[in-house]
Formats: sequence, structure tokens, C-alpha cells
Amino acid sequence: MHPALQGLLTIVIGVGGCVGYFYFSNQFLDKVLYPAKGPNAGRNINRANQIRPWLFLFPAMFALGLYLAYPVFETLRLSLTDRSQDGAFVGLANYNQMFSEAKFWEAIRNNMLWLIVVPAASTAFGLLAAQLTDRISWGAAAKSLIFMPMAISFVGASVIFKLVYDTRPVEQDQIGILNAVWLQFEGGVGSFLFLKALPLIMVLGFAGIVAYVAYILLMPFLGKSSRSEGSFLTIMRIIGAVVAVWLVFVSLRSLIGIVFSDLPYGQPQTWLTVPFFNNFFLMVVLIWIQTGFAMVILSAALRGIPEETVEAAIVDGANPFQIFFRIKVPQIMPTIVVVWTTITLTVLKVFDIVFAMTNGQWETQVLANYMFDKLFRANDWGVGSASAIIIMILVSPILIWNVYNARKEMR
Amino acid sequence: MDNIAGSKSSLSWAVNVSVLALVLLWLFPTVGLFVSSFRTADQISASGWWKALFPTEQTVQVRTGGREAAVQDGDLFVVTGNLLTDEGGPGADAEIVAFGVSSRAIGAYQVGETAEFSDGEETLALAEDGSYRYTSVEEPGRRGQRVFLTAVTAPEFTTDNYRTILFSGTGQDNMANAFFNTLTVTIPATIIPIVVAAFAAYALAWMDFPGRALLIALVVALLVVPLQLALIPLLRLHLGIGIGKGYLGVWLAHTGFGLPLAIYLLRNYMVGLPRDIIENAKVDGATDFQIFTKIILPLSFPALASFAIFQFLWTWNDLLVAKVFLIDATGSTTVMTNQIVELLGTRGGNWEILATAAFVSIAVPLVVFFAMQRYLVRGLLAGSVK
Repeated sequence: MHPALQGLLTIVIGVGGCVGYFYFSNQFLDKVLYPAKGPNAGRNINRANQIRPWLFLFPAMFALGLYLAYPVFETLRLSLTDRSQDGAFVGLANYNQMFSEAKFWEAIRNNMLWLIVVPAASTAFGLLAAQLTDRISWGAAAKSLIFMPMAISFVGASVIFKLVYDTRPVEQDQIGILNAVWLQFEGGVGSFLFLKALPLIMVLGFAGIVAYVAYILLMPFLGKSSRSEGSFLTIMRIIGAVVAVWLVFVSLRSLIGIVFSDLPYGQPQTWLTVPFFNNFFLMVVLIWIQTGFAMVILSAALRGIPEETVEAAIVDGANPFQIFFRIKVPQIMPTIVVVWTTITLTVLKVFDIVFAMTNGQWETQVLANYMFDKLFRANDWGVGSASAIIIMILVSPILIWNVYNARKEMR
Repeated sequence: MDNIAGSKSSLSWAVNVSVLALVLLWLFPTVGLFVSSFRTADQISASGWWKALFPTEQTVQVRTGGREAAVQDGDLFVVTGNLLTDEGGPGADAEIVAFGVSSRAIGAYQVGETAEFSDGEETLALAEDGSYRYTSVEEPGRRGQRVFLTAVTAPEFTTDNYRTILFSGTGQDNMANAFFNTLTVTIPATIIPIVVAAFAAYALAWMDFPGRALLIALVVALLVVPLQLALIPLLRLHLGIGIGKGYLGVWLAHTGFGLPLAIYLLRNYMVGLPRDIIENAKVDGATDFQIFTKIILPLSFPALASFAIFQFLWTWNDLLVAKVFLIDATGSTTVMTNQIVELLGTRGGNWEILATAAFVSIAVPLVVFFAMQRYLVRGLLAGSVK
């Protein structure tokens, strides 16, 4: 049968089956099992109403259980078995094997880089775009254009950026915009400004923001706030602060590298094969896609800020930067956290970009691609499952946080 | 701060300029691919796409007419013709900037001047419209003389790439099959989860039963479970129960993976519907099934549309699920994303094919995006801000 016809048939069967199931199961409940008439009418109606929710829920819960809940446990089980030994239980052998692979640690390192850079950059750009576009007449159109990459597939974006990063031999015209721009730099004042001073300022700014976050996180311990919190939040604060301090240290150390590095001016670069830095060229693709998402949500949050708070600040003589960082940003902090975690989830699952652009070569491996490699190239389901479990472990803090928030909200 | 009377921000122009820069930066990569998809392979590899938008100056090598075209005029042999429109010329639209007759001085003469060849026995006069008059004391050679033209050509675009990708291409270069496969995957995978989720969302929003809070928490938890975890167990399951790799499997997988978001979005929306309507209907004797189909479903249209767009974009753009659950060894059910990745591997340098293929696959989501942006934004806000 032609697939299109099959698809149509599936829609009809799927939709018809669903609607039919709901209709007839309800009819069965009301007319046959517990009819709302006769001597027990009242009791029957109550009973039917007790069962009905489960009729409504059953298909969805069944699919959720089978397609998402069960696989979590099955993957956990598979990660403890060996396929080549007929699924025999092997304990933690798969994990041991994985931990001894250099490629795995490379993937972990890169994933951590992605986790830090992409959410931070997307949120920062999104916040910037939201704040700026809210103040101009053509803001809606500008937003729509910055938001557009959301509709583009990771694969499509990879092709787009492969063209940006394309390299030609030095004697030919460059067709990748990045190399064309790069060749304009020849080591003069402009090169110094753009390739040394600007990164320097950006890294310093990043370090400053992170230091500020660390300060906020540590505030309760410095005696500035008397609010008492649960031990879970205290631990999260300490972990966050330690990570932040470490990030400040790393970025300050990288300043030395920026100042003293010797850049190969005049040589077209194959950007995707430069170890370590190629990770950032891949991240640019995801940042490009996710900024629009951050912008849309943060823009809505910015508009939700009560006008009076801003006006009061103006009356008190605050300048625009003070208003933004001290009045607006604190008020939308919860939304920033949501945006940050949502992008973090996307980053943890990022697969298509790396798969299409480098396939993990040149030290760009990430966990999701590592897992795909193990599953479908090496055919090693044990190690593949083990790496999937690692992704799950990385996701679970966010999972717990989301559930915690959802329950709090429902009360 | 703008809306306080009497204070107009002096930074207004700076804001406008920064937004413009940001928008251009964000558009630039996509525009590059778009422009490249309308250029020929030679054009793409000759110059950057950003130059394609403006007239380009290029130097071409052409030849005057040879011995057959020569006419004897007194003691001179004369050849006349048009360098622009004759065979190998850059075409009548091109504008000649300079010309030369020796490879060491390719731009030595201006239009209207008469060039002298190094042997002193031949001359070439060239007019602005490309017509030339070549004279020689001796009989010209069979192939005519080389002339170097520096000409400015207008931007030139072609739709041939799209013709190749959509219709005439063979094998990997033809995306028509993959396009229909993608469509076949996408439409059922968008519609079915909506129906399933809508009923469940109604139950979670408006029906009272023990364990409801727990189920909602479960949905929120499953919202973030990486689908990577589901790949092996479900593939084993599909192979075990005989579905194997194919459309049915990919539809089911997309349905399963889309359900948490669908239930979450729809429930959040339905909870916000006015309680009075539903209670009135109940008092009037409507059953839950009637309330759902007659009242809730029509009122929830915005939320349904939001999710439909999400799911459509997600299934259309998906690579991983299709690779695992759909595409078998024969590759006859390949989807566009997969075919593009394969093209990246085999035709990495053929940008005219790559750019066009990528744009064919991007075009449909872009249309949907711009047409239904309102619902997309609403869905994003409902799904994340809460």
C-alpha cells in the first residue's frame, strides 16, 4: 500500500478509534454496566463517575507508561546486562568500560561546556533582545525575525552554519562568511580591538556576572538575609556557588590565553577541526536557535512587570541600567530560571547538530551522539544504555525541581 | 520608562541601531543559504554569496573570430563581431570596464581605444556594446586571438537547483520522495496525540478522582525524560511485537513522546476555562463526554493549535526518532533531515545541492511558523512561564 494512503488510513483509524473508544466506553458505562435508572440509579451514577476518569485517562496513560516510563527502567536494566552474552547480568561492567574510554570523558567535558555556555548565552541574548525590542516601534517584526530559527531543524541549521564556516584554499575567494571576515584581519589595530580587546571584555563580563550570581547564592551565609530555608536549598546554593567560583577562576585563567595567543592571521581556517574551539562553533548553532525562545518568554515577563515599580525607580533617580538590573531583572528571575532550565534540557539532548556537522570528530563528542554511536555503530547496547542513564542522571535535578514547583503551584 | 510624560529616551537611536544589528546578525546565515540555493555551482564556488547580490566585476577570456570569419580588406585581414554575445562571451547585459590582448596586461585598454598586439601587425578596436574590429597584416590563425575582458555582470539567479531537487534529480539529489515521506510521518504523528491527550487533559483538569495530583506530577516528570532513554527498549519492543521499523512505529513513537507536552499544555489551558459553563452544563444533564466534545474542545482551540504547531515542527524537523524507528536498511522511507545529513557526507562540497535541499526542508516549517506565530508564542508562554 502506498505510504500516503497508509498514513491517511492511520489517521482515520487512530482518530476514529480514539473517538470511538471514548464514545462507546462511556456508553457502555452509562447504559450497560451502571445504568442510571432502576432501583440503584443514584449509586450507579456515583460508581460510573468514579470509573469515568480512568476511561478518559487510559489511552494516554498507557502510551505514556509504555513509551516513556517503562523505557527508563528497561534502559537501567539493559545498562547492567551484556547483549553479546545473551543479556546476562554483568553488574557495573558496562559503566566501568565506559568510564575507561577517553571518548566518554571528552563527551562529558564537552557537555559541561555546552551546559554552561549555551543556556547562558541564549538567555543573555534573549534578555537583551527582549529589552531592546520592547522599546521600538518595529519591535514585533524584529522579534519575529530573531524568533524564526526556532522553526528551522537542527539539521537545516547545521547546513546553514556549515556554509558560514566553509573554507577555501588561501588563493581562492572564500565562500564562508567567517573566513571572509577572518581574512580581513591582518594583525593591526582593528585586529587587536576585535580579537583581543573584545573577547577580553566579554570574558571579564562573564566572570563578573558569574561572580555576582555566586554572591547572591552565598548571601544567606554572609548574614545579609535572615530567611531560613530547607537543607535541600542550602545544599543547592552551596553547589551553585562552588560551580560559580570555579567558573570565575577558569575564565580569569583563560584571559592569559587570550592576551598571549598568537593568531594565524591571513590563513583561512577550517573552523570545525580546531580542537576545543570547534565546540564553540557548534554551540553557536544552538544559541542561534534558542535565543528566540528565550526572547519571547522573557519579553512577556518583562511586560508583566508592574509599571509602578519602574516609575518609582525613575522618580528616585535611577538610570536605565540600574532600572534594568536592579528593578526588572530581579522581578523576572523566576522566568529566567525557567528559560535557563528549559534550554539546559535541550542542550543535554543535543544530537542532530553534532551528528550532522562533525559527528563527534575533532574532539566535539557529546553524550547524546556518543550514545547513538554506541547503539547503532558499535552495536553495544550495554554501554549505550549506560550513557543514556548518565543523561538521565544529569536531567534528574531539573526533573525534581519541576515536579516540586508544579506541586507547590497546585496547592 | 518611555511612557513617562516629557522624558524621551536619548538612547532611542542606539536602541534602533542595536536591534537592527541583532536582527541582521540573526538573519544573515539563513539568507546566505537562501541566496546560495539560487546560484549555479560555478557561481557559488567563484565568490561569496554576499557578492551575488551586487554586480560583480569579473575577467573572462574570449576569442575573436578565426580564419573563416576573416575578410580581406585591401592588404589587411579584418574580423568583426561581438565579444559579449559571441560564443563564450559573458552575455549582452555585461558592461565592459577594460580589456587587454596580453595575459600580462589584461586591463590595459579602455572601451573605444584600439589595442595593439605585441607583434605590431595586429590591432583590435572594441566598442562599448562589445562589437569589435580586428585587423591583421597576415592571415589570422584558425582559432582567432585571445582577448581578456574585464566586465561587470548583473546579479544572476537560477531556479534550476530547485528543479533538480524536486523533480529531475536522480538518487540522492531528488528530495521529492523524502518530502512525501516526511509528510507521511508528520501528519498522523501530529493529529493522533492531540486526540488522546485532549481526553486525558480534560480528566486531569475537571474530573475528581483519587491520585489526580500524582498523575499530574508524573506528566510533569515525563516532560523532561530524554527520549534517548526510550530508543533501545522501544526498538526492541517494536521488533518483538512485529511492528519493526516503519511508519507505524514512528507514528507510535512520536505520539508517545509528544503526549506529556500535549497533556500539560491542554490541561493548563482547560483548568483556566470558566467553571460556571461546565457546572451549568452538568446541571442541565450533560454527560462528561458531551461537555468535553461540545464545550471544552471548541473552547480549547488556541491550546490545541499551539500544541499542533509544536508537534508539527518537532516531527518535521526530527532526525533521531526517524533514524531509529523508521529508516530501514533499504532507505526507501528516508525523511528529509536524514537525506540532508547523507548529502552532507557525500556531497559536502556541492553547495547548490545542499543549500537547495536544506531550503526545501526548511520552507514548510517557516511558512507554518510565520502563519501561526501567534499560537506558537501562546503555547510557549503557557508551557514555560507557569
